[in-house]
Amino acid sequence: MINETLVELSRWQFAITALFHFLFVPLTIGMTWILFIMEAVFVMTGREIYRDMTKFWGKLFGINFAIGVATGLTMEFEFGTNWSYYSHYVGDVFGAPLAIEGLMAFFLESTFVGMFFLGWDRLSRKQHLIGTFLMAIGTNFSALWILIANGWMQNPVGSEFNYVTMRMELVSFAEIIFNPVAQVKFIHTVAAGYVAGSMFVLSISSYYLLKGRDVAFAKRSFSVAAGFGVAAILSVILLGDESGYEVGEVQRVKLAAIEAEYHTEPAPAAFTVVGFPDDEAMETHYAVKIPYALGIIATRSLTEEVIGLRDLQKLHEPRIRNGMVAYDYLIKLRNGEETPENIAGFNQTKQDLGYGLLLKRYTDNVVDATEAQIQAAVKDSTPPVAPVFWAFRMMVASGMIMLVLFVLAFYFNARREIEHKRWLLWAILCALPLPWVAIETGWFVAEFGRQPWAISEVLPTFLATSDLAVSDVVFSLVAFVIVYTVLFIIEMWLMIRFAKMGPSALHTGRYHFEQTPPNDVGLRQRSV
Amino acid sequence: MFDYETLKLLWWGIIGFLFIGFAITDGMDMGVGGLLPFVAKEDVERRVVINTVGAHWDGNQVWFITAAASLFAAWPMVYSAAFSGFYFAMMLTLFCLMLRPLAFDYRSKIASSAWRANWDKALFVGSMVPPLVFGIAFGNLLQGVAFSFDTLMRVSYSGSFLALFNPFSLLCGVVSVAMVLMHGTTWLVMRTDANVARRASNIGSVVSLILPLCFITAGLIVWQSVDGYVITSAIDTMAQAQPTIKTVAVVAGAWLNNFTNNPYLWFIPATSIVMSLFVFVMMRLNVKSGLKSELCKVMAFIASSLSSAGVILTAGVSMFPFVMPSSSRPNHSLTMWDTVASETTLSLMLIAVVVFIPIIIGYTLWCYRKMWRTVTIAEIEQNSHSAY
Repeated sequence: MINETLVELSRWQFAITALFHFLFVPLTIGMTWILFIMEAVFVMTGREIYRDMTKFWGKLFGINFAIGVATGLTMEFEFGTNWSYYSHYVGDVFGAPLAIEGLMAFFLESTFVGMFFLGWDRLSRKQHLIGTFLMAIGTNFSALWILIANGWMQNPVGSEFNYVTMRMELVSFAEIIFNPVAQVKFIHTVAAGYVAGSMFVLSISSYYLLKGRDVAFAKRSFSVAAGFGVAAILSVILLGDESGYEVGEVQRVKLAAIEAEYHTEPAPAAFTVVGFPDDEAMETHYAVKIPYALGIIATRSLTEEVIGLRDLQKLHEPRIRNGMVAYDYLIKLRNGEETPENIAGFNQTKQDLGYGLLLKRYTDNVVDATEAQIQAAVKDSTPPVAPVFWAFRMMVASGMIMLVLFVLAFYFNARREIEHKRWLLWAILCALPLPWVAIETGWFVAEFGRQPWAISEVLPTFLATSDLAVSDVVFSLVAFVIVYTVLFIIEMWLMIRFAKMGPSALHTGRYHFEQTPPNDVGLRQRSV
Repeated sequence: MFDYETLKLLWWGIIGFLFIGFAITDGMDMGVGGLLPFVAKEDVERRVVINTVGAHWDGNQVWFITAAASLFAAWPMVYSAAFSGFYFAMMLTLFCLMLRPLAFDYRSKIASSAWRANWDKALFVGSMVPPLVFGIAFGNLLQGVAFSFDTLMRVSYSGSFLALFNPFSLLCGVVSVAMVLMHGTTWLVMRTDANVARRASNIGSVVSLILPLCFITAGLIVWQSVDGYVITSAIDTMAQAQPTIKTVAVVAGAWLNNFTNNPYLWFIPATSIVMSLFVFVMMRLNVKSGLKSELCKVMAFIASSLSSAGVILTAGVSMFPFVMPSSSRPNHSLTMWDTVASETTLSLMLIAVVVFIPIIIGYTLWCYRKMWRTVTIAEIEQNSHSAY
């Protein structure tokens, strides 16, 4: 039988480690391009301040990058350590993009990141710039392959279940690469990373402007971030994930959960701004709605319906029953009864095998499920609505605030009035956490909204775990929480210290703290 | 393109190649991290040591990441059985590996000596524990691991964490640590001068003797008292991956069968031993020449790389075609014939490897060439704020 505690702990551990890793990755993705832009200006104009900008923001980038690499290792291990049935069941398909990510992207990024930090005196200007470009391209390709793998979890195209090997096997790699879910996911996610990078530079530059320190340096950094940021935030919003929600059953479920749409509405559906989703009654209480908006956002049409959760669950019930038949055939086949009838029977029903596996939570044999157990599995076939609903709204609200700030920043910067708009600089400084709020809640919507599936309609999450003792996972989970907390404190401490110091950290002799060295900072405490 | 049998064989070779790549590149900077407390006495010396690998450790580490990801893609059952079976060992390795990127990047950012001393310890632990655990894991693979599959191919591990530590597996751990330490010394001898290089040479001369000694001892133990595994049913090399349908016998000394049947394979362990002895000779000659013989330095590094490759290949070849034998249910042992990914995946991944590995090696070498120099104390003092 399934050990629910083990499943819960494994999910918590994966969620915590992935969310933590994802605090650092988007900033890396965004910063690489910002650094490339700054360095390109330096190489083209030869103006030293742009090299200083590249080096200083590069220092902050490095502090973030190191912890991103460290916590990324966890993800590589965890599929095997904690999700070993998952690894067996889909490794044939899911492993390939991960391995190609290593070969094509991660090698490039990691090799040239070393050149970025330590190659300034060893490479010509152009060579160094090309290295920075390769680092940025590598980072973005890395995101592409990871999101192709993740897109396949959301919408598993290009693959087929093989009862002989008892796993999903690759049929068409092209379909996996051109999976529409993966494509929109990639654009949405990297653009979100660009927003994070822009907001990071914009906020810290605002801090220097508010303090009146290193103004020339801060204004130039601000300009780069404002320009890049406006483009990025518009891409995130206009090329939002919604367009990918038309494809695939689980994406449709997720969309209904995001909107707390229990009942199918006539097209075009209204968008629920706020409300209180109630999974028991399957109703949203006190909903405030905008007519037509959801239908237009989600389907890009006025005539297509967005199906509600009640109707989606109704569609799942026959699939669960059919899945029981598939499971029956599968067991016969696995026990050596490979008769033509059994093979034909299995092939006819195997598209619903995953739905049958949902019953494993209640009965190990699946085929002997009672009516009550089947109804329970039907209930399970959609995620809890409220967390997805609220997380999505937090993401959108953060995005909208950032849109306003970036547009204002861009506008006043273009009019060269930004220094005098202290209220705006303060607002931007306070908005520094917003990209992370949006990114983490967005990740949560995508992955929690996929439940109960690890691989949509193929493998339920609760089946995907390793065969570990509860105490094993308690131990590692506690270790992760402690170690990650310590690492986070160290990282933030360093980051804040260097951000406060500003370009003086480069020790070029040209910046604020080097003009009149404060007496209270002794040589021993001064950072290098 | 290729038939399934050929693909399976090629992938055995590719996985081996990636692990050898890992040992030669990342093994080098792990060795450097492990040597840090012994070759460098002052802070500036430690910075010299760290900066010899400063620009490269991250790229090197990707050999490990790619090797593990390829295991995931090409041998998914091995990936899932090994990582979940060795749960605590893997978690330990992971936490140690996490220390390295941070230690490299954060250490020299703050001038406090306590701060730096702690990161130096972190770098030492992060560089020494993973090779130790990998060596112990290899020792356990040779002895068989207690795992089995159910009807739906769910793997369960029935051994304990403490059982992983036995005299033989610990010896394998020592072999692995000695291997990376030797490799680290040959690197430092090439890239540093003065006291650091002298100490590295001296340590290298000792380690290059310990390695073959432990390696030969481990070999004798394998011959005398470690049970090998033999497939006793017919092997269909073209068959789909079904690791549970064959029959396997446990036979004393069977890990030497491949060598007995193909005596030319003795060339592999022999190379490893000869090459580490060669490292010893080169290290001594280099000290005699006043640390000035560039030829000795380069030859030592190449010999050390070959020796590492030999150690890994010896383990792989002696177990072939087994990859992860099961001690509790020998019939469920994982072999390179029956744990593999589908033909489509293997073909696709082969193309990816053939296209990208030469490109990777190309730009990696370019970067090494660009950064090539003797790192001196003077250089670090001059670039105190930008160096690691």
